[in-house]
Amino acid sequence: MRSKRAELLVGCFIVLGLAAFVYLAVQVSGLGFASKKDTYQVVARFDDIGGLSDRAKVTIAGVTVGSVDSITYDKNLYMAKVTMNIESDVHNIPDDSSIAILTSGLLGEKYLGISIGADDKMLKNGDEIHDTQSALVLENLISQFLFNKTSGSDK
Amino acid sequence: MKGLISLGAWLFDWLEAIGRAGIFLFQSIFRLPVRFGEAVNLLVRQLYSVGVLSLVIIIVSGTFIGMVLSLQGYSILAKFGSEDSVGQLLALSLLRELGPVVTALLFAGRAGSSLTAEIGLMKATEQLSSYEMMGVDPLRRVIAPRFIAGVVCLPLLSMVFSAAGIIGGLLVSVGWLGVSDGSFWSLMQQSVYFDTDIVNGLIKALVFAVAITWIAVYQGYECVPTSEGIGKATTRTVVLGSLAVLALDFVLTAAMFGDF
Amino acid sequence: MIYDDVSLTIPRGKITAVMGPSGTGKTTLLRLIAAQLSPDSGNIMVDGQDVHTLSRSALYKVREKIGMLFQSGALFSDMTVFENVAFPLEEHTQLSAVEIKKIVLEKLHSVGLRGAAYLRPSELSGGMARRVALARAIALDPELVMFDEPFAGQDPISKGVLVELIRKLNDATGITSVLVSHDVEESLSIADHVCILAGGFVIAEGSPDEIRASDNAQVKQFLHGEPDGPVPFHYPEDLGSDQGVSQ
Repeated sequence: MRSKRAELLVGCFIVLGLAAFVYLAVQVSGLGFASKKDTYQVVARFDDIGGLSDRAKVTIAGVTVGSVDSITYDKNLYMAKVTMNIESDVHNIPDDSSIAILTSGLLGEKYLGISIGADDKMLKNGDEIHDTQSALVLENLISQFLFNKTSGSDK
Repeated sequence: MKGLISLGAWLFDWLEAIGRAGIFLFQSIFRLPVRFGEAVNLLVRQLYSVGVLSLVIIIVSGTFIGMVLSLQGYSILAKFGSEDSVGQLLALSLLRELGPVVTALLFAGRAGSSLTAEIGLMKATEQLSSYEMMGVDPLRRVIAPRFIAGVVCLPLLSMVFSAAGIIGGLLVSVGWLGVSDGSFWSLMQQSVYFDTDIVNGLIKALVFAVAITWIAVYQGYECVPTSEGIGKATTRTVVLGSLAVLALDFVLTAAMFGDF
Repeated sequence: MIYDDVSLTIPRGKITAVMGPSGTGKTTLLRLIAAQLSPDSGNIMVDGQDVHTLSRSALYKVREKIGMLFQSGALFSDMTVFENVAFPLEEHTQLSAVEIKKIVLEKLHSVGLRGAAYLRPSELSGGMARRVALARAIALDPELVMFDEPFAGQDPISKGVLVELIRKLNDATGITSVLVSHDVEESLSIADHVCILAGGFVIAEGSPDEIRASDNAQVKQFLHGEPDGPVPFHYPEDLGSDQGVSQ
């Protein structure tokens, strides 16, 4: 009654199914080990985050060095407070560096780019980057452009 | 007047059928097999015929759907200059929708129909009566292992389908269309969430599994035991199973992703 | 409506043949005895117990004492011949695998199919399948064995083998046998007690010789296979659709 072959194949099937699940969890949703690297947290406040989302990447010179951990609204300052995790290897970011919300491509994802400052003091866990540049909101840009155009032609 | 009467009769027939099917399901799950070893053995055999034999069609169609999605997605996204997001498009559509739904539809056609036909044939050749005559409950012996196997297999198959689709999409977009490997994965990982996307997809697959397997075993058990009756029951399994999947998918999607 | 006021007694330890034209509900009778179907009215006593008032588990206990040979054999298609015969033993006894193997081979030997133990049902001929089914039906040494059309669709040799087996089984173990059939010669040759059903009534009952000597027109037509008689050749026209047998 017992067929060894069927049992073996069923075992393989279940292993394959679970492997697919783990593959999706780790590789596709980025869950688990990859994000478990040693990190330290840095905070930045923006006037407008314009569609930045959790887990967006943080880059220096275009290279990913961390990711956004959480985005909350700071009601005292009427600003968005972005907390990000930076890899511990990258521990030499000067205190006066600036951070900007950038877009990859015209309609692509939003991410954070850090421009290195010149201070000798380096950012530590819990520090804040004060020099921030908000997202370029396309609608504002267009309306500004149109406004300039029309006021220009009135002259 | 006549129309109203027949409408009422139709409604009662349906309610009765649903009630009977509910009792049937309840009885077949909650009457546990006598001997543990026997139960495991029966289940393994059903896992083989329901799961392992469906694997090839699932992997092949998953890979092709992933490839097609990438091609289509790429050509549209390229117009907006954001062809890098093709990985995101691929992963979200596979995990949330196509994985569970297409797997369930294929499952209804491949495994559901063969479950119905097999049980119908057992009924026609008096094997079910034979179990009963030997003092063995056919629900417990024939229906329960098939039902459980179906419920276990479909979520696993749906995971395999999504993984195959993503690999197929990777081959096309990165290997052929020249999307960068890094942004393919990083955009995907940034937008796919384990709990909302993968777990919700699994829940969908589980619900579809219960619906299809339930319909399949019930249609087999209640079919008219002739070759014509078995043929009709098999068709009904595929039609009702597919419709149930699509309807349930709408309800579940509205509940899970409706507030986005 | 299949039966109208039918009263039947099946004597213990004998072979009773229930005969009648197709569609008189002979199989239904067996299913009633096994309580797979329940009667709208009346009761059926098996070994002093009314089987239709029993609880599910008590009924299953009674059924362990009943063996049934189905029309198609009804062998489980996912098991070998050996496993088919072993199945009731595995389900209902605490015997060890060695003892079960001994009993199974013995039963298969008694139907002459010990050599076919590891074949699948799909590899058997119709007659062989029925013999395996017989071995399975007697695996638990039941007190009552019911045969549903054992001879239908069999070649003369298989029929002869089955007649021989049923007779021998009864002689050797003294179990009660109920045989449902419309094969007149075979049935009359082995039965101790014959009962003929037609149109929902018992039209004749007695020993095979008494039945042969009967002058009832319906019985005569059935025994001699006359095309026209009390059961007309022409299907009656202009009758309501709910007449006749609904199974």
